[in-house]
Amino acid sequence: MNDEQKKPDPSTLEKKAAALALNFFYGQKQALKNINLPIYDRKVTALIGPSGCGKSTFLRCFNRMHDLYPGTRYEGQIRLYPDDVNLLDKAVDPIEVRMRLSMVFQKPNPFPKSIFENVAYGLRIRGEKRRSVLMDKVEEALKNAALWNEVKDRLDELATTLSGGQQQRLCIARSLASEPELLLFDEPTSALDPIATASIEELIHQLREKITILIVTHNMQQAARVSDFTAYMYLGDLIEFGWTDDVFFRPKEKQTEDYITGRFG
Amino acid sequence: MSQAPIAGRLAYRRSRHIREQIIEWLLLSSALVAVATTVGIVFILVKESLVFFGQVSIIDFLTDSQWTPLFSDPHFGIWVLLSGTLTSSAIALCVAIPVGTTLAIYLSEFASARVRETAKPILELLAGIPTIVFGYFALFFVTPLLKIIYPELPGFNLLSAGLVMGVMIVPYISSISEDAMRAVPMSLREGAYAMGATRLQVALNVVVPAAFSGLAAAYILGISRAVGETMIVAVAAGMQPNLTFNPTDQAATITAYIVQVAKGDLPHGSVGYQTIFAAGLTLFLLTLVFNLMGYFLRKRFREEY
Ligand SMILES: Nc1ncnc2c1ncn2[C@@H]1O[C@H](COP(=O)(O)OP(=O)(O)O)[C@@H](O)[C@H]1O
Ligand SMILES: [Mg+2]
Repeated sequence: MNDEQKKPDPSTLEKKAAALALNFFYGQKQALKNINLPIYDRKVTALIGPSGCGKSTFLRCFNRMHDLYPGTRYEGQIRLYPDDVNLLDKAVDPIEVRMRLSMVFQKPNPFPKSIFENVAYGLRIRGEKRRSVLMDKVEEALKNAALWNEVKDRLDELATTLSGGQQQRLCIARSLASEPELLLFDEPTSALDPIATASIEELIHQLREKITILIVTHNMQQAARVSDFTAYMYLGDLIEFGWTDDVFFRPKEKQTEDYITGRFG
Repeated sequence: MSQAPIAGRLAYRRSRHIREQIIEWLLLSSALVAVATTVGIVFILVKESLVFFGQVSIIDFLTDSQWTPLFSDPHFGIWVLLSGTLTSSAIALCVAIPVGTTLAIYLSEFASARVRETAKPILELLAGIPTIVFGYFALFFVTPLLKIIYPELPGFNLLSAGLVMGVMIVPYISSISEDAMRAVPMSLREGAYAMGATRLQVALNVVVPAAFSGLAAAYILGISRAVGETMIVAVAAGMQPNLTFNPTDQAATITAYIVQVAKGDLPHGSVGYQTIFAAGLTLFLLTLVFNLMGYFLRKRFREEY
C-alpha cells in the first residue's frame, strides 16, 4: 500500500501520542511489559499479535477504561501531543480523556435509543441542547461513517433495528460526532461479515486523512490493507514496530516473521 | 465380522427411551397442577359470579354508588370497594416505584460489592415480614405519626395503609429491577463510558432504558401486589365501604371486604355471600389487565443488546 518512495523516516513525522515505558497490571498479573510505542499523527497504526498478547489491554490504557475496574494498575506514561500531558496521570480526569479519545468496540454496542440519539449522545453529555447544532453534527458524523444514505429517513428508529455492519458504522459515527483526536478500534470487524468488513475498512481508509487511528486486529490481511504502521505484540511485549510493509515483508525479528508467515507456535 | 459389534452399539435402547418418557410425563404433570389450579380458580370465580349476576344487574354493579349487601334494601356498587383498592394502591406505588427503582439503580450501578452483599439480605428480610405485622405497624405507629402533622386524620385511613404497603413492596420492585439492570451487558456500559459519560449518565441514559422491560415487569408485579394486598389494608384502612379517592378517609378495599365476609357467618348461597365471588372476579380482572399491559410493554420494548 505504501510505495517505497513515499516512506519518510518516521522520526520526521509528527506524533499524536506515545507510550513510554508502559507497564500494566491486572492485580498481580502483568499484562503489558515496558511498552514504548509512538502513534503518528493522522496515520493508521495497527496492533497485531496472537490472542491474549495484550492488544486490547494496551488500547484500553489510552482512554483509561481500566479505571472502571478495581485492582488494575498502570505504570509509565502515555503522552498525548501536542498538549504533551501524561494521560495516565492521577491528576488527569478520565472523563475528559474519553471525551477526546473515542473507542469503537469489537461487538457493535449501540445504546437502546434512536439512531439519531445514539450519534448525538456524546454531544448531549457535553451539554449541547440546540436541535439545529445536533442535527448538523449528527448528519456530518453519519456521512463520515458512510451511513447517512442508509439511515437518513429512519433517524428516529431504534438503533437495534440496523444490521450488524450498520450498527458498527453507527458506533463509528457516534465516536466521530464528538470530534475526537484519536480513534481507538478494538477488532471492529471481528463480528461482521466480509461485505460489512470491507465497508468498515474503506471507511478507515477515508478517516485517516483527518484523524489518528489505532486499530487492534487479529486479521493480518486487514492490518496490511488499512494501516501505515504495524506493531507486533507477544505475551505483553512489543516485539516489533515499523512501517506496515516493512513489518510484513522485511521483518527484523524472527518471531514476527514466524507469526506473519503462519509458522507461529 | 466387524459388522455385529457396530450394529450392537447402535441398537435402539428401549430402557433409555422409556426412562425419558417417564421423566417427560412427570414434568408435564407438575406443570399441569399449576395450570389446573389456575383454571379451577377462574372456573369457580366465573361460575359463582354468574349466580350473583343472575340476581344483581351488571349495570347496577358497575354504577351504583353504595355497597350495602346486608341491608334490607341492598346495593352492590363495586366502585365503593374499588375506590379503596385503587387509592391505597396508588399511594403504595407512589412510594414503591421511585424508592424501589432508585434503590435498584444504586445497588446495581453504584454500590460496592460489600454494600450490595449487606443490603440484599436486609431487603429480603423486609420482604419476608408477614403483612399483618406491616398492618399493625401502619395502625399503631404510622397513623399516630401522621396525626402529629394532620390531627384530623381518622384512626383508620388509606394514607397510612398505602404508605406502609409501599414500603412492603419496595424490595419486590428493587430486586427484580436490580436483576434486570445487572443483566445489561458490560459492553453497553463501556460504550457510554468511552464517550465520556459519568456513572450517573451511564445508569440513567443507558442501563435504565436497556433494562426497561425488566423494570416494567417489576412495576407490574408491584401493582399486582398492591391491588391484592389484604392484611395491611384490612387492619389499617378500616372495613367501612366508602366511595372515596381521598387518602385521609377510611375505606374498605375489595380484599378487606372479602376477608370480612369470608370469615363472617353469612349463609352460603345467599346474595351477600355470593358478592365475594363477584368482588374476587373484579380483582382478578384488574390484575389480569395489568399483567396484559406488562406483557405488551415487554414485547414492545424487548431488549436486544
Ligand atoms: N480483566 C482481566 N483480569 C485479569 N486478566 C486479564 C483481564 N483481561 C485480560 N486479561 C489477561 O491479560 C492478557 C491480555 O489480554 P487482552 O489484552 O484481552 O489480549 P488480546 O486483546 O491481545 O487478545 C491475557 O493474558 C488475558 O488473560
Ligand atoms: Mg482483545
